[in-house]
Amino acid sequence: MKQTLLRMQAITKIYPGVTALDRVDFDLESGEVHVLLGENGAGKSTLVKILSGAVRKTSGTIELSGRTVDIAGPAHARGLGIGIIYQELNLVPHLSAGENIFLGREQGPGWGVISQERLMKEAQNGLDGLDLNLDARTPVSALGVAEQQMVEIVRALSIDARILIMDEPTSALSDVEIDRLFATLAALKKRGVGVIYISHRMEELFTIGDRVTVLRDGRVAGRRTIAETSREDLVRLMVNRELEEQYPRIRPERGEPVLEGAGLSRSGSFTDVTFTLHRGEILGMAGLMGSGRTEIARALFGIDRLDSGTVRIHGRETAVTDPGAAIGYGMGFLTEDRKSQGLVLDLSVRENITLPGLKRFTRMGLLRIHGEKETAQRFIRELRIRTPGMDRKTLYLSGGNQQKVVLAKWLCSLADILIFDEPTRGIDVGSKVEIYQWMNQLTAAGAAILMISSELPEILGMSDRIIVIHRGRVAAELSSEEATQERILHYAIGE
Amino acid sequence: MAVTSWIHHHGRQFGTLIGLFLLLFIFWLLTPYFFTVSNLLNVAQQTSINAIIAVGMTFVIISAGIDLSVGSILAFAGVVLARALQAGAPLPAALALGLGTGLVCGLINGLFISWGKLPPFIATLGMMSVARGAALLFTGGRPVSGFDTGFRFIANGTVAGIPASVLLMVVIYAAAHGVLKRTRLGRYAYAIGGNEEAAFLSGVNVRLYKTMIYGLSGLLSGSAAILLTARLNSAQPIAGMMYELDAIAATVIGGTSLMGGEGSVGGTLIGAFIMGSLRNGLNLLGVSSFIQQIIIGSVIIAAVLIDMGLKKQRR
Repeated sequence: MKQTLLRMQAITKIYPGVTALDRVDFDLESGEVHVLLGENGAGKSTLVKILSGAVRKTSGTIELSGRTVDIAGPAHARGLGIGIIYQELNLVPHLSAGENIFLGREQGPGWGVISQERLMKEAQNGLDGLDLNLDARTPVSALGVAEQQMVEIVRALSIDARILIMDEPTSALSDVEIDRLFATLAALKKRGVGVIYISHRMEELFTIGDRVTVLRDGRVAGRRTIAETSREDLVRLMVNRELEEQYPRIRPERGEPVLEGAGLSRSGSFTDVTFTLHRGEILGMAGLMGSGRTEIARALFGIDRLDSGTVRIHGRETAVTDPGAAIGYGMGFLTEDRKSQGLVLDLSVRENITLPGLKRFTRMGLLRIHGEKETAQRFIRELRIRTPGMDRKTLYLSGGNQQKVVLAKWLCSLADILIFDEPTRGIDVGSKVEIYQWMNQLTAAGAAILMISSELPEILGMSDRIIVIHRGRVAAELSSEEATQERILHYAIGE
Repeated sequence: MAVTSWIHHHGRQFGTLIGLFLLLFIFWLLTPYFFTVSNLLNVAQQTSINAIIAVGMTFVIISAGIDLSVGSILAFAGVVLARALQAGAPLPAALALGLGTGLVCGLINGLFISWGKLPPFIATLGMMSVARGAALLFTGGRPVSGFDTGFRFIANGTVAGIPASVLLMVVIYAAAHGVLKRTRLGRYAYAIGGNEEAAFLSGVNVRLYKTMIYGLSGLLSGSAAILLTARLNSAQPIAGMMYELDAIAATVIGGTSLMGGEGSVGGTLIGAFIMGSLRNGLNLLGVSSFIQQIIIGSVIIAAVLIDMGLKKQRR
């Protein structure tokens, strides 16, 4: 019994100077997951924001279950049964799951008194309804990211949401957690909830989606049912060009060792990690989330202390005491979270690019702004960073362009031993391929890259060698010829 | 094109500058004496002390910190300077002692904040009380007065008709602007205030630079102590009460965000002058000091509200 929950027609949104959406049609049926796909800046967020009441449309009509509505604001949207779960979760960490579910809608006898028991009971019912096996009394701070997401879903459902919008829900989840999320989504579909699902991860669309709408430059580039489409088809719709190859790895000659770890341990994080990274090589580091990959990278870069083990840089035993020292040794660290760790969002593109290598632009204690500007301009051009100018705050750049700024930082600091932690997470396909091409160029020029990634196709496509981390230990080392998705997973899960 | 981009980049200062001119215009309408050269120089002179302290505060707030101890440090540095002068120390030595006292107090703040990981609010709240107590202890609670004219020239002398204290303020602002825009200390202050973790991961020696920033704030409090002592011909252990709030107000009116990562000394100078001319003008009009407090408080809130509104609009 499919019924049309939502019909958006000729939706247009014009910002001063920019047409963000140009006569976009979109619809959603009950019990369906309709995926919204597109490069950053294609208009996905704007479309979703119009639905959630955060942004008002310029023209077009929205029908909910056949009735024309004019969504006035977020509260109105909620009242209409539209729930949204943002990439950044919006929960109060010190309150319990139950309290978060009913936050702002607590009920009680009056005078602001909350009947805690009733609230907890209803919250627990909501959690149990989705077979979540979660106690409503648990503080949110004690929950993992995936569980917090479940709490958000229950919160959305508790307002009788018939339409649920999810913005990149899996970007911070491990594979196991993703499975759990998908199970929850399946339960929602059965209930007749319609889900609008935004994601960059091509693989998962085929697992969870029913239909896909691809946006490009504010217009609908195409609409497909999952059954009749393919990865290549969708990529072509998104970027409007055949990507010669998604993983364009060119393997240069491998040189001498530049970074070696021997018996590296840090209690509670990783144990007896030994590896060698050579000049001209991309060494992939695979493993489940929480397996200790990022912790190893942090210790190598001097952020956390090692309990034991030795690090050799260019063959010489070295103690990296802090990031400043690491940069002095020619290291660079592209962190997994570019917003909280990679960039100073309030600073401009130029100021971020030159931050690690600022010493080079100092003469007699004074910054040489002219030289700094020239360098920033050069990186913006070479990396094709899309920004109105070098003095634009990085806050306003899209994810892919932000990541390019982070890459430019390390190129500018002349780093040749690079640690990339999830280098393409949450960025569009076009920027992804550009970053891969830069990895090729860097290694061809003699740099070495240690690449941590949770995307197996990326690990397989770009690495020359792969080490798999399981519970803080090196579970396997595989050459690119012998590595397959199954083998990596086998070692990562520790079967 | 150049003009519009200048307005775009300096839009926040532009707004506060208009506010300052508006204020001057209103006082000019209400009392003709306000707009005489001698009164305007008077305003500048009265503003100089708060303005100099506010420079240090601007650096601190840009780095997402706060310094509550500036007024107490001023008092302590002032009495140290005064006792040195009375004991017959040569003028340069006495000045160095006063500045040094401020610098050391500021560095101690910085050390506790950087290495002790204390929140700036707590560390400087402690120093606020410690420095005040030290000033009282050092003088037995009594003012230290009577210096020779060489020292008093700093406050009362003029160079080409401009008061020396105003010249000193201008020099400090020019230097501070240069440091903020053209040195690593300045750039790192913005980076630390904007995202301390990202700055650290980019190799910025966060602890060193934070310590330097609080040291600078202390040093500027010491400079203000010299001016105040020279002007009053007396150093009071209870001087500088509530100066921290005036400095914070000037900084915030000038468009520096308390969240850190944004701000400029130019804005702070305008902010200090808004506070200074407001006090002066209201005094000329004979407005009671009780009502003055209410008006100044309202101006602070209105200024920041307007500033936030402008900022939102420009997004």
